[in-house]
Amino acid sequence: MTGFISLFQAAVVFGTVIMFGAVGEIITEKSGNLNLGVPGIMYLGGIASLAGAFFYENSTDSPNSFVCVIIALLCAFLASALGGLIYSFLTITLRANQNVTGLTLTIFGSGVANFFGGSLNKLAGGVGQISVAATSTAFRSGVPLISKIEGPVGQLFFNYGWLTYIAIIVAIIAQWYLTRTRTGLNLRAVGENPATADAAGINVTAYKYLATCIGAGISGLGGMFYVMDYTKGTWANDGTIENLGWLAVALVIFTTWRPKNAIWGAYLFGILYWAFFYISGLTRSSQEIFKMLPYVVTIIVLIFISLRKKRENQPPEALGLSYFREDR
Amino acid sequence: MEKNVAVRMQHITKAFGTKVVANKDVTLEIEKGEILALLGENGSGKTTLMNMLSGIYHPDKGEIFVGGKEVHIESPKDAYNLGIGMIHQHFKLVDVFTATENVALGMNKTEAKNRNAIAKGIAEICDRYGFDVDPDKKVYNMSVSQKQTLEIVKTLYRGANILILDEPTAVLTPQETDKLFKVLRNMKKDGKSIIIITHKLHEVLAISDRVSILRKGEYIGTVETKDATVQSLTEMMVGQKVELDIERPEVENKEKRIAVSHLTCLNKYGVKSLDDVSFDAYGGEILGIAGISGSGQKALLEAIAGLQAAEAGSSVRYFAPGSEEESELIGKTVTQIKQMGVALSFVPEDRLGMGLVGTMGMTDNMMLKSYKKGVVFADRKTPRALASRVKDELEVVTPSLQTPVRKLSGGNVQKVLVGREIAAEPTVLMAAYAVRGLDINTSYTIYRLLNEQKKKGVAVIYVGEDLDVLLALCDRIAVLCAGKLNGIVDARETTKEEVGMLMTNLREE
Repeated sequence: MTGFISLFQAAVVFGTVIMFGAVGEIITEKSGNLNLGVPGIMYLGGIASLAGAFFYENSTDSPNSFVCVIIALLCAFLASALGGLIYSFLTITLRANQNVTGLTLTIFGSGVANFFGGSLNKLAGGVGQISVAATSTAFRSGVPLISKIEGPVGQLFFNYGWLTYIAIIVAIIAQWYLTRTRTGLNLRAVGENPATADAAGINVTAYKYLATCIGAGISGLGGMFYVMDYTKGTWANDGTIENLGWLAVALVIFTTWRPKNAIWGAYLFGILYWAFFYISGLTRSSQEIFKMLPYVVTIIVLIFISLRKKRENQPPEALGLSYFREDR
Repeated sequence: MEKNVAVRMQHITKAFGTKVVANKDVTLEIEKGEILALLGENGSGKTTLMNMLSGIYHPDKGEIFVGGKEVHIESPKDAYNLGIGMIHQHFKLVDVFTATENVALGMNKTEAKNRNAIAKGIAEICDRYGFDVDPDKKVYNMSVSQKQTLEIVKTLYRGANILILDEPTAVLTPQETDKLFKVLRNMKKDGKSIIIITHKLHEVLAISDRVSILRKGEYIGTVETKDATVQSLTEMMVGQKVELDIERPEVENKEKRIAVSHLTCLNKYGVKSLDDVSFDAYGGEILGIAGISGSGQKALLEAIAGLQAAEAGSSVRYFAPGSEEESELIGKTVTQIKQMGVALSFVPEDRLGMGLVGTMGMTDNMMLKSYKKGVVFADRKTPRALASRVKDELEVVTPSLQTPVRKLSGGNVQKVLVGREIAAEPTVLMAAYAVRGLDINTSYTIYRLLNEQKKKGVAVIYVGEDLDVLLALCDRIAVLCAGKLNGIVDARETTKEEVGMLMTNLREE
């Protein structure tokens, strides 16, 4: 039982990172933009929040935890949205190839983040020295009242940092926005058939820009959660964020572009990813086979939805395509 | 200006690039509560004109008045706000949305209601005009006719008083067409103005109050439908015969090459694109194929070339020159046909899609035909020699043989394609719209090349849209109408009116 509880806990923390990443990417892809820069954007979110918190904590003797949180959130969201803006400008305005732009953004994001990560470490006194304890503690504090619940139920569900629950709420809001609101309907139309949306008087360019930037901002919170909660306010140039970013992209496909599925899908990916840790007798190399499971599951889901040919489960029809009005 | 005029388009001119003038000084009036038919051949500028009314294009010159006031329509949204709605040939619907969701698209805050209210509004419109729409049905589950109905309902829901329908009957069965016309008459009674773009004369006579005719981008005139006949409309549509100075050598050594019999093909919707077509093509002659676009020309050429599946009972037999041998082409793939020794060359309509690879140079495009030669390494010498021969003989203007062909002008692209196809020394040469978009000089070069092939004894099949050219170039003309062969005429004897009538009026059987 304790084994399962700790597996589940590891899965939830892990899952929250990719849930943010995937929900942001779903919003982006619903506008027809296939942003493969998610790993880079999560890097940007992570390093920006770390830098913001580091300079704030260094500037004062007694950091206020509320200010810590606000600074980290703002830095992460804005830096990632800026990544989304670069992507939007290149693909929407300049009509660059979406795949190439996205992959470039991933390389760019990881380069920028590791450069500043190294620099911050140096400022803090050497490799692995950086720590934003106050901010990290603020992020890892539980939700009042429910974090007091004890026993297995409390350990399984109520023992996490408050951002874990925010991720679920963001996914639910995204689901509600896409399926229930007027602008959500318009956004989906832009991703399905931009010419139709244009003819109906929808500003295709504005929708694509906003969806991509806001989606990137949400994805970036995943990077921030990784830095603040998962690694407890430190920085390591080990490429983990990139791995998580690609898992988030896989999760988008796994959810068939529905944010509500990202909630349980992210935790399932977490369980699959950490399963090796709780299976005895694995060597270092056979562990890697288990770490592959989330990707295998994604491939199986892809095969399954392709065989069923249900239109609702397909990617947005215009995903990956630039839109020119003159093409009509 | 009279009160009864809903829209007036005045002195409208629109050009694409420097060469193509789509509309030249067109003036058009639509009254309230009438159905106006806009009639013209393909490429006569009907759709372009209407796209300017619906905000997709802007006129280069001229004014548009709606309800007596001059307006500038910058976008489809502006057109909506003026009560103008256009139903395009390619429906503007989102496939994974329901009917209601499609209607709700793009509404601003004041119009936005919950889905039930919109569904109710749809039901009201349906009751009023006699439509049948299931508000919860997904578009991808709908038939073509249902999608069209939804488009019209959507437009009416957004408050359109002026409806433009671009060839609405092209995708409908006769029963569905009757249903559509009934609805259009109901809408007319309600005071709506309707413009229907078409080239089907019997429909013009059945539904419209007045007919305006365009020819080659110019406004020819407007007549009351009750005073018009098929004959008079055809004359206005095709115009006087223009004498073209195209050489037409006499047919020598005529020899049966291809026998098409009972050829029937289905399009992707399961509708017959070709219906029981039979004819022979002879070596040493140019057989013209005339017809309104979409009458089955594409399916015909592709069926002969082995690119299109045919229904049971169809047959295309090939007679090799100078021998009694005959072979069946239906059911064979392109490669099999080639292996049988049938030298078939095809200049498709879509030059840079089916014909050439736009990003490759002339040499590489020549190689496409011979890449199977050579064991490990492809032979590049022969194609390069061929490319440079085509470049010299046909005077292709290109910086180099490596320049991607999409960077060349339309005429030069066509020369590369025709040059390559002719170099294969075909016994059958099929060309679809070979001079579309080309200037006069290049067009004449193409005619000369086709004639050279004819003199060599090649069976040339030429699909064209300009009747004057067909009459001057071809020996015989087969006329397709709605997928059926509506007659074969002798191009030296026939008149433009006769061909025009065959194109637009299916003979009773």
